[in-house]
Amino acid sequence: MIKRLLPLFAFLALAVLLAGGVLRNSGKDNSAIPSPLIGKPAPAFSLPVLGDPSRRVGNADLLGQPYLLNVWGSWCPACRDEHPVITDLAASGAVRVIGYDYKDAPEDAQRWLQQFGNPYQLVITDEDGRAALDWGIYGAPESFLVDAQGVVRWKFVGPITPEVVRDQLMPELEKLK
Amino acid sequence: MKRLLFALALLLACAAAAAMEPIKFNDDAEEARFRALSAELRCVMCQNQSLADSNAQIAHDLRLQVLTLMREGKTDREIKDYLVARYSDFVLYSPPVRPSTWLLWFGPGVMLLGGAVVVVLVVRKRAGTAPAAPPADESQEW
Repeated sequence: MIKRLLPLFAFLALAVLLAGGVLRNSGKDNSAIPSPLIGKPAPAFSLPVLGDPSRRVGNADLLGQPYLLNVWGSWCPACRDEHPVITDLAASGAVRVIGYDYKDAPEDAQRWLQQFGNPYQLVITDEDGRAALDWGIYGAPESFLVDAQGVVRWKFVGPITPEVVRDQLMPELEKLK
Repeated sequence: MKRLLFALALLLACAAAAAMEPIKFNDDAEEARFRALSAELRCVMCQNQSLADSNAQIAHDLRLQVLTLMREGKTDREIKDYLVARYSDFVLYSPPVRPSTWLLWFGPGVMLLGGAVVVVLVVRKRAGTAPAAPPADESQEW
């Protein structure tokens, strides 16, 4: 009897294993690459400011308070989905939001901000995407939380949702206090 | 829905075989080294393609960066370290052996070994229980 049921047991064990794998990974973005920068100082950069290209902003200029570096581009449809969430976050005053205009023409970026509103305290521009390589940026939107000392604390790949703000960003900000 | 849109955007970014200027190599040796190196690196955007195969914009940028580093006289090792420091082990098709990758490296071997043990056990059991009936006629094979 037991022997007859053996294949069934083997099948059940396999089913449990596979179901476990599926459950463990569902609702998670498996294409997001974990950033090796977490816990390390933000990469050195010096990039022009959108709307005022003669002015450059670097790491040292942003020290003193945590900031969220939000990578976006006027060419990026998911950034448009994310935009209201970023706007609410910036308005809440929970953290400074710095825009990182990635591989974009400044005119297009400015038009985009005029159309949808500008939630950013400051937008730095990386037209050729060279500085982005040092951040490990590979698309938009992406967001980095950098603390007052300039250490990268958290990274999120893809559009930030209110759930992500509540469940991930806010607890990270709490830890910085 | 947003997740879906995002995935779609990624897909489009991958599929967009945008008119990207081909790389000009100084000589054949450089081209051969570049091709070998970029085939060993994984595109961060389209993770089932190598850096050499991918049409994603970021893959193009990273290829140019790899070439720039090559021309600066960096070794293959140094170029890989440069990418790993920014994009993690994901960029390597052959990740280093460390506790977090043990399952990846040794998992298949362990499974094979487990299978072998099961086969041996089953064969032994059968050998013990099956009646050792010799074929009636030696010349008749089956």
